[in-house]
Amino acid sequence: MNEVYEARIPIYPRAVKGRFRNLKWTVLGLAYSVYFLLPWLRWERPHGPDQAVLFDIPGRSFYLFNLLVHPQDIFWLAGLLIIAALLLFMVTGMAGRVFCGYFCFQTLWTDLFMWIERRMQGDRAARMRLDRDGPAFKRLTLRTITHLLYLVAAFATGFTFIVYWGDAPTLTVSFFTGQAAYAAYFTAGFLTLTTYVFAGILREQVCIYMCPYSRFQSVMFDRDTLIVSYDQKRGEAAAGRRLMGKGPRDHEARLADGIGDCIDCGMCVQVCPVGIDIRDGLQYQCIHCALCIDACDNVMDRLGWDRGLIRYTSENALAGKPARVLKPKTFGYGIPLLLIIGVLIWSIATQAPLDASVSQVRQPLFVTLSDGSVQNSYQIKLNNKAQQAVTLELRISGLPGAVLDTGRIETIELLPQQSTTLLARVRYPAQPGVGQQRPLSFEIVPVAPSGMEPVVITSQFSH
Amino acid sequence: MSASDKKTPGKAPGTEVETTGHVWDDDLCEYNNPLPRWWLWGFYATVIFAIVYWLLYPAWPIASTFTKGFATVTFEVEGEPRTTHWNTRAVLAREMQSGEMALRQQEMLRVVADSSIDEVLSDTTKLAFVNSYGRGMFGDNCAACHQTGGAGIIELYPNLADDNWHWGGDLASIEHSIRHGRMGYMPDFGETLDAGQLRAVSAYVLNIAGHEGDADLIARGQSIYLGPEGGCVACHRPDGAGLRALGAPDLRNNIWQNVDVLGAASHEERLTRVSEMVARGVNRQMPAFGDRLSEAEIRVLATYVHQFGGGQ
Ligand code: SF4
Ligand code: SF4
Repeated sequence: MNEVYEARIPIYPRAVKGRFRNLKWTVLGLAYSVYFLLPWLRWERPHGPDQAVLFDIPGRSFYLFNLLVHPQDIFWLAGLLIIAALLLFMVTGMAGRVFCGYFCFQTLWTDLFMWIERRMQGDRAARMRLDRDGPAFKRLTLRTITHLLYLVAAFATGFTFIVYWGDAPTLTVSFFTGQAAYAAYFTAGFLTLTTYVFAGILREQVCIYMCPYSRFQSVMFDRDTLIVSYDQKRGEAAAGRRLMGKGPRDHEARLADGIGDCIDCGMCVQVCPVGIDIRDGLQYQCIHCALCIDACDNVMDRLGWDRGLIRYTSENALAGKPARVLKPKTFGYGIPLLLIIGVLIWSIATQAPLDASVSQVRQPLFVTLSDGSVQNSYQIKLNNKAQQAVTLELRISGLPGAVLDTGRIETIELLPQQSTTLLARVRYPAQPGVGQQRPLSFEIVPVAPSGMEPVVITSQFSH
Repeated sequence: MSASDKKTPGKAPGTEVETTGHVWDDDLCEYNNPLPRWWLWGFYATVIFAIVYWLLYPAWPIASTFTKGFATVTFEVEGEPRTTHWNTRAVLAREMQSGEMALRQQEMLRVVADSSIDEVLSDTTKLAFVNSYGRGMFGDNCAACHQTGGAGIIELYPNLADDNWHWGGDLASIEHSIRHGRMGYMPDFGETLDAGQLRAVSAYVLNIAGHEGDADLIARGQSIYLGPEGGCVACHRPDGAGLRALGAPDLRNNIWQNVDVLGAASHEERLTRVSEMVARGVNRQMPAFGDRLSEAEIRVLATYVHQFGGGQ
């Protein structure tokens, strides 16, 4: 009878040393330093929290070093997401799944968890032995410690996430004294659990069965895309691969016999974290971590043969055709990418410290006053995005004879990050007509501090 | 493609995909690609989730009732705590009473209520609160008659957005109007005055507001207005300035709230419209909101309305 559900076939990836492994450790080190240390970086601000990166939800402000992002700037996020998507498409088209191999959280955290596993239970052979016929007590103890360490790492991850959303030291104290908000515990707990389950238990199953990217990346690939690939021609030659023990050991002699360079040592398979054999060709399970390259390079080095039996290459290159980097696809993604990056930088650089909007009250559009003149009402929203308090004056221009009435408000004082809404009326000695419009401008003039640009908003007067 | 070409993901290399043993047409066989087992665990997890959910929240119908669940919501109804099964209305009620924003709102309401009228009108922070909270209150309580922006409806509900305040446009008067309501009353003259007299007095009233007309008619109207037949002068004053204490409108301007004079095509039509109005009289009532709204709310609402027309 066939099984309906298949138990996971355990994978015991072997440790490997090499340039890609080193690169991956470097990326991991950088990513972890940023992730775990960033919320603890202090930052002096004239106004606001002195934490370099803080996502202040109740205060509706996101602090990123010297940049302050307001909810109105949400379109920056849209820009950022578009950039991320285009960059991913472009990089995937050019260099394959470098994201999966080096930068994906799943890969990074799985690497960390595998490292813990290796420290506790030994490398591939030791782990296999322990699982197969290790003494039950030893197995249980080592596994328990491993999983406890997993949980510690997972909790560190979950906890670090929440300190981005509040003052890190304060939140830490309140978290461990049971004073923090429910959401903090829930988020930390949820991320601890998912980190533990995904990186500790599911690992490659996430990449194979859950990750949508592994499914659609193939549409971004073309024959010029860099992929981790086994050089079939060199490895198999005419007579196929052959173990070193069987037949000639000497390179020349092997070549003479038509035997390929692959000695069938299985190293590339043993180091693979998703448990596939790269020699079967490009597979969607392959996360392009390049560890098999390191493994095979080590083998080749030992034999004194050329490296690169498994290497980053492209289908065209393998077929002996010229490989292009600057293909239409590169430009197709690259040009919009540069454009959007430019717009985003421009938008951030020219962000006005004062945010104002004027909307004419439409119900009623105008009213006739007892002296026969006409009155329009306006709703004025002011938002001080600057780091200091401002004093503003409201004026109108462009409609001579019109009078602005702001009630008893003469100047508007706004603290840093403060916003307000004002109702103002404009009177103009016009005859009420039908649907006549006259242009009118509102000037929001900062009287203190000096040197700030006034904001002029065009509107209209209806009568 | 033969069965041995295909590899199962995650399986040790060389492991082939099993077939179910069903083969048709010699080589067409049914593969067996079992689901990963964690998928099954995922299913069990959803079952457990469902059970927890049933226990916490209203779930199972039983005859005419249903299981209530343990996740109850407690909120206050007229000072008495009330606990019900979880539902969004109860959650809303609780949020409105004890939610963080609700508490801040209540705090601001208190601040505004404790401030003098001058303070509220000259403080941007308090005014901003008035503008947002008042907008909601106006929508709930006033907009049905006075319309969203306070423009009212001619002949029915007064316009609050102009500067013509029948009952006074200072904050105290507006608060009084909201708290106690108003009775707008003008007797109907349809019985006491004949058509000619109605026409004459209308011509005079229109003339006060600046509409020229037949001089004789106006002169006749004036004597009715001032004399005992009409007696208009009692409420509208000799110069037509009106009497705020009675809500009698100022007739000297061209703001007509009880009769659509400005919409009339000719002077004749204006005369007809005003005559009909004088014959009909006015009987309008604004309900009192004093026992529906708190003092603080009345303060906020009055300040909000004050800003529509610029107040006085
Ligand atoms: S085949 Fe090589 S590159 Fe692909 S996942 Fe396995 S080790 Fe990494
Ligand atoms: S590591 Fe290199 S030599 Fe060894 S089996 Fe893999 S491809 Fe062949």
